[in-house]
Amino acid sequence: MANIDNVLPPLTERSTILRWLRKNLFGSWLDSLLTVVGLLIVYWAVKGFLTWAFTVAEWRVISANLRLLMIGQYPIEQVGRLWLWLAFLAFLAGNSFGIWARRSWLAVGVLALPAVLALVFPFEGSARNWLLALTVIGAAGWLGGWTKPEVLKRSVIVGWVIALPVIILLTHGFSESTTGFWTVARTNLWGGLLLTFLLTVVAILFSFPLGVLLALGRRSELPVVRWFSVLYIELVRGVPLITILFMAQLMLPLFLPQGMTIDRVLRAMVGITLFSAAYLAENVRGGLQAIPKGQYEAAQALGLSGAQTMIFIILPQALRLVIPILVGQFIAVFKDTALVAIVGLLDLVGIAKTVLAQPEFLGLQREVYVFVSLVYWVLSYGMSYLSQRLEERLGVGKR
Amino acid sequence: MQRETSQTTIPFWRDERVLKVLGQIAFVVLVFIFFSFIFQNMKAGLAKQGITLSLNFIRGVSGFDIAETLFPYDRSSTYLQAYQIGLLNTLLVSVVGIFFATILGVILGVARLSTNFIINRLAAFYLELIRNLSLLVFLIFWYLGVFLKLPKVKEAIIWPGDIFLSNRGVGIPWGIPTASFPTFRLILLFGFFLALAVFFSLRAYSQRTGRAPLTLLWTFLTFVVVALLGWVILPEKPLMIDLPRVEGLRLTGGKILTPEFMALTSGLTLYTAAFIGEVVRAGIQSVSKGQVEAARALGLNGFQTLRLVVFPQALRVIVPPLTSQYLNLIKNSSLAISVGYPDVFYVSNTIQNQTGRAVEMIGMVMLTYLAFSLITSLLMNWYNKKIRLVER
Repeated sequence: MANIDNVLPPLTERSTILRWLRKNLFGSWLDSLLTVVGLLIVYWAVKGFLTWAFTVAEWRVISANLRLLMIGQYPIEQVGRLWLWLAFLAFLAGNSFGIWARRSWLAVGVLALPAVLALVFPFEGSARNWLLALTVIGAAGWLGGWTKPEVLKRSVIVGWVIALPVIILLTHGFSESTTGFWTVARTNLWGGLLLTFLLTVVAILFSFPLGVLLALGRRSELPVVRWFSVLYIELVRGVPLITILFMAQLMLPLFLPQGMTIDRVLRAMVGITLFSAAYLAENVRGGLQAIPKGQYEAAQALGLSGAQTMIFIILPQALRLVIPILVGQFIAVFKDTALVAIVGLLDLVGIAKTVLAQPEFLGLQREVYVFVSLVYWVLSYGMSYLSQRLEERLGVGKR
Repeated sequence: MQRETSQTTIPFWRDERVLKVLGQIAFVVLVFIFFSFIFQNMKAGLAKQGITLSLNFIRGVSGFDIAETLFPYDRSSTYLQAYQIGLLNTLLVSVVGIFFATILGVILGVARLSTNFIINRLAAFYLELIRNLSLLVFLIFWYLGVFLKLPKVKEAIIWPGDIFLSNRGVGIPWGIPTASFPTFRLILLFGFFLALAVFFSLRAYSQRTGRAPLTLLWTFLTFVVVALLGWVILPEKPLMIDLPRVEGLRLTGGKILTPEFMALTSGLTLYTAAFIGEVVRAGIQSVSKGQVEAARALGLNGFQTLRLVVFPQALRVIVPPLTSQYLNLIKNSSLAISVGYPDVFYVSNTIQNQTGRAVEMIGMVMLTYLAFSLITSLLMNWYNKKIRLVER
């Protein structure tokens, strides 16, 4: 897609501004009409939005509740733990950029982002300092990765592998005492963007292997396994996510043996994981189907067993082919996590409702939901932009 | 030789055929154990709450009201009737949404490919804007931030064509059937069959001669002409146009579309249209430029090129992803619960809160949506096969 846009047409005539205008805006009377109507729409929309945003909208609802929107009711004494894992992630990201994407403006942009946010938005003092620190730590990681790539390569990979357990452990805490830095923060206190992020990451990481297994199952030679996979995939894809989330909330506790409980955040995670696994399975199957039969035969001729063929020959190629589609699916998962607000969790959307319930902020729905939309938009767009750039660099899908 | 080697057959535990059967048996046993474990737990848990699984409760009196119903319903109706009302509301939203999303999506897809810079950029901006939003947030914004923020009934905005916009709903002109309406319905039926006849004869003509008449246009025109003739000929107008008006503190007359319905359908339409736009754009781009140039070289004009060369080929690429967008719209209509529109999911949730029958209701809703999905994909597959026949 991007490539088509990048290809310039051959220059056949001298292009001047007037010629360009004539060609692109006023080619015929219909074209001119469309241009005028389009310009009117742009003028009306931009003027309307800007007038609203700068004169009518009361943005104090956002600045006063920024903390609530970001982390919900997560205890104040333990917020440092969240900054710790953010710093860990910033360091890893800096390291990875330093090793694999040295001279890239993208890396600079990503690493500078926390500092820019800190300077642009009205964060509290400690949050601002932490954000600035994130950029410094990221830059340090970058320098480290730049100077000693061979030494750090292995540890960075290990770092990414243990990232999720570290995040969960730090967010949850482990001390049973009632006060102190390491006190357990119950999942009902997780909220805002933090909860959205955790739901997304957990769902992506667990649904991926499940999806690959289902995709392999769907192409299996064993009819029972195949039919089971087909049934699961089609069943899940045929119903809306919200029914699966309700099922997870209401029926999952019933499925467990007596005395065993499962908290509501975990139930939502299970629901989203099971849901997105079915969609991922279909995406992976697309990749598997694109691998020519010769690859299987060559692997067999080399004496690889069925499992070895899959793991070393087929899957690496198939997954590589579908990386763009997988990223799209991951973004969809991120957007879909908003639905947990309907089952009563306080993610970014759920917490927006509680913000609007405060008496001093009644009637400011537009401001709050524009802000929430903006967060979703920036993160989704950022993810797809980042992955496109990375794909270009790595030459994904072009081999 | 064959006989001799068969003496030294491989032992059955290394025979691949046996292993495959054994593997499948083991898989079935494992799955069976897993599900029976879950089922036993569920039964024990439900027994503890004093519930046994059964569907008898749906004959009970519901005792709750539903804000919007296509058919008569009140609180003395049964749960089953409530469920049916919800089902019809889901269907209504889906059909309306699919209709408008298709139109808007095609416009967006074509606009995205326009050579006009402004139109092209506008469409691209819209697609990028919508595709990166969360539908739930979009719907809630549309409901709380747009339709509930419209002025009060007394200060309602009036658009040309007597469309009233207020925070209690959107009023549009609507026809009330008069005494001659049954006759008019017969005329419409006649027009429908006449249009069908025109359709089939034109198609037969096209197959016989190889010409390509504007089949759909003529079919549509036939129907419209018959309907108009009926309207003029009948002594009494079959429909009395009823305009919406403000009466005290509420809107009456015409058809009042509630903010919930408007938010849901417009949100779903605008959201799905962006995805359909991408599908249409990809479909049109998949037709190679040589096809257009060849058509032009043969002397076809712009419209003919589109109708006879580009569209039939683009359609083949468009239909499968379009189906999945339609299915998405139907499934996404379950987000009605976030704006309080009584679709099938919302109603089933109410029933479940009243009766405590979570397992049965979730099962029913899932089966309902599965049926929707199945019917839609069957229809679209059938259509897909039909347009494939064009191929050699």
